[in-house]
Amino acid sequence: MATQPELQVQQKREVGTKQESTIPARRYLPVTDIFETDQALTVILEMPGVSRDSITVKTENDVLTIEGRVDYGTYEGLQPLYIEYNVGDYLRSFQISREIDQSKISAELKDGVMTLVLPKAEKAKPRKIPVN
Amino acid sequence: MVTRFNDPFEALFALQRSLDARLGSEWADSGTGGAGAYPPINIFERGDDFVAVMELPGVDKNDLQLQAKESTIRISGRKAIDYDRGASIHRRERISGSFDRTLTLPIGIDPDRIRAEYRDGVLALFIPRAEREKPRTIKIT
Repeated sequence: MATQPELQVQQKREVGTKQESTIPARRYLPVTDIFETDQALTVILEMPGVSRDSITVKTENDVLTIEGRVDYGTYEGLQPLYIEYNVGDYLRSFQISREIDQSKISAELKDGVMTLVLPKAEKAKPRKIPVN
Repeated sequence: MVTRFNDPFEALFALQRSLDARLGSEWADSGTGGAGAYPPINIFERGDDFVAVMELPGVDKNDLQLQAKESTIRISGRKAIDYDRGASIHRRERISGSFDRTLTLPIGIDPDRIRAEYRDGVLALFIPRAEREKPRTIKIT
């Protein structure tokens, strides 16, 4: 029987700022996996505490930007006693190639993990060249 | 206390500051197995009761076990990640595996009345303080 590796805590990484916001609320980079098949590029982002309605996915000038906002309202009336991690909104951008059919990007959210499927444009898909 | 603000960024910043202020607090230190264990835990007080919050993104509810006895709560489970076998990996930051953490609160709780909620990868445990631990008002005669 294969033993499972023990899970380690991953320290949250803050978003590096290009422009400073007026209020220095922290934003974090979602932990991300990206993989590619012949058909599509799949981007998987962990954004615990972010609900379906609080996510914005946009593509602009071949940059894919994902933003997730946490519902800090759930913390109202709670007095912190013992704290191991901080909470904040999530933000991450990726340069994507023109091969992606930007009109067909689909997103799914489950247990705080978002899966984005970016299908490749027809012309970008690899073709088998028959040898005569 | 986390108070309501009109500006969402102001509210978030206030929350982050209030959490920072208790970062490294020793309130439950002897009972959590220490910081660094998975999953990270935040504990709050609400009135007489406690709320423990954990981030478990990607953990299926069916792979999560909770047990409570006296003042100790055990959170265990596993996080599975399935990759498409034919895919080429560009970036791999997420980690999978199993976890097992116990949390002992330095105060009497009612283990039979703990309520658990799991939503969007966040587990919240609502932990009532034991009846015998609640402060009594003393009448002056």
